[in-house]
Amino acid sequence: MIDFVVHDEGDSVGVVVVEGVMTGDKLTGWIMDQDMEIEFTAASDIPIGHKLAIKPMKTGDTVIKYGVDIGKVVADIGKGEHAHVQNIKTKRW
Amino acid sequence: MSMDLSNTSFLGYRRENGRVGVRNHVILLPVDDLANAACEAVANNIKGTMALPHPYGRLQFGEDLELHFRTLIGTGANPNVAAVVVIGIESGWTERVVNGIAATGKPVTGFGIEQHGDHETIMKASRVAKEYVQMASELRREEASLSELWVSTKCGESDTTSGCGSNPTVGNAFDKMYPHGATLLFGETSEITGGEHLVAERCRSDEVRERFMFMFNRYQDMINRYKTSDLSESQPTKGNIEGGLTTIEEKALGNIQKIGKKCMVDGVLDKAEAPTSPGLWFMDSSSAAAEMVTLCAAAGFVVHFFPTGQGNIIGNPIVPVVKICANPRTMRTMSEHVDVDVSGLLRKEMTPDQAGDALLDSMLKTANGRLTSAEALGHREFVLTRLYESA
Repeated sequence: MIDFVVHDEGDSVGVVVVEGVMTGDKLTGWIMDQDMEIEFTAASDIPIGHKLAIKPMKTGDTVIKYGVDIGKVVADIGKGEHAHVQNIKTKRW
Repeated sequence: MSMDLSNTSFLGYRRENGRVGVRNHVILLPVDDLANAACEAVANNIKGTMALPHPYGRLQFGEDLELHFRTLIGTGANPNVAAVVVIGIESGWTERVVNGIAATGKPVTGFGIEQHGDHETIMKASRVAKEYVQMASELRREEASLSELWVSTKCGESDTTSGCGSNPTVGNAFDKMYPHGATLLFGETSEITGGEHLVAERCRSDEVRERFMFMFNRYQDMINRYKTSDLSESQPTKGNIEGGLTTIEEKALGNIQKIGKKCMVDGVLDKAEAPTSPGLWFMDSSSAAAEMVTLCAAAGFVVHFFPTGQGNIIGNPIVPVVKICANPRTMRTMSEHVDVDVSGLLRKEMTPDQAGDALLDSMLKTANGRLTSAEALGHREFVLTRLYESA
């Protein structure tokens, strides 16, 4: 059972692909490019399609997904926490 | 085992100019907003015809007017259209649209309303539309090769499942069609922001790369000129954010999964311009779904691949729009809008190759005449792109 997917092992976030993930849930992740599985504990309630941090990130850090820069951290994010508009912003526009 | 496309053919309508369509529409095309009522009246009188109402066509000028004509002429010229009746408030611009469509050799007649009124115009146009629809009903599909199929793509109401599911499925299908001489197209200029370097790397030549970067930077300049924020909730949209996409960069990296891993970008087009050879083309275009698909249709594309995450329900009046979705919640709540369910990709129950083949299978059925979900549900969004205010 896959609960979240990660594009590349260098990424800082994964994507929850099941409904109803709650704080404390044990999750199985699939790293697609390397075809590896990882285990993780959710540190927030995370809706389907939303991201969880698989690495801790500090304000000012760059967020990596697909192995590429997708924006900057604007509030610290702990491992397993919900990573979205409340703590990540675009570097463009 | 992935699909072997080397001897793949489909049954389509071969038009006067040699292009092959997958639909056989007779359309009533208004030059301007004032002609919508007459076009709709004729479509009501003559069964099997379709009006394409829109809100524009008056006092436009310069590049914006050129784009208006290019879009209307391209729509009429599209090989999914058998014949066209054009109606405008006056005969001059009407004739310009008629002449542009007539260059393809297909039957087309125009009517100006001034000095005749709606009644006489509707009567005369109905007589012509009746002849056209009876003529079109006699046309038969014939075998055509995959290299004669023009397929465009644009995604909508994307979420994070688009980037790991439905968009790579389009990329897989494009990678398989590309070596067989198909003509393919992508665009959505603002939605490349953050991945422009990756598209630039895929350009066939320095000349193509320069043209792509020109189009990319032109769009960035427009956004920077008018923006009042970082565009959050517009690009990415409110729906994208609801679906888990956070930044334009993240959305763009998902978006460009649609061009696969192997295709090269062979050429760059301005809005509603038609490609001149097979291959993968980039068209400068809005990322708004109906605007983009309307431009693809005007550029001559006959089938459209539309991956969605949160569930964009768009269709087009003349082009079948094939929807692909990987989000299990969307499949649970609004599956009637989706043609190809690839949610198994995210559960490792389906491989990317299998997903690509499922899309190609759906594409061939659609090309042979099977109605898409959007067609069956009556989605006919026809939206013209405007560049600036009217005079």
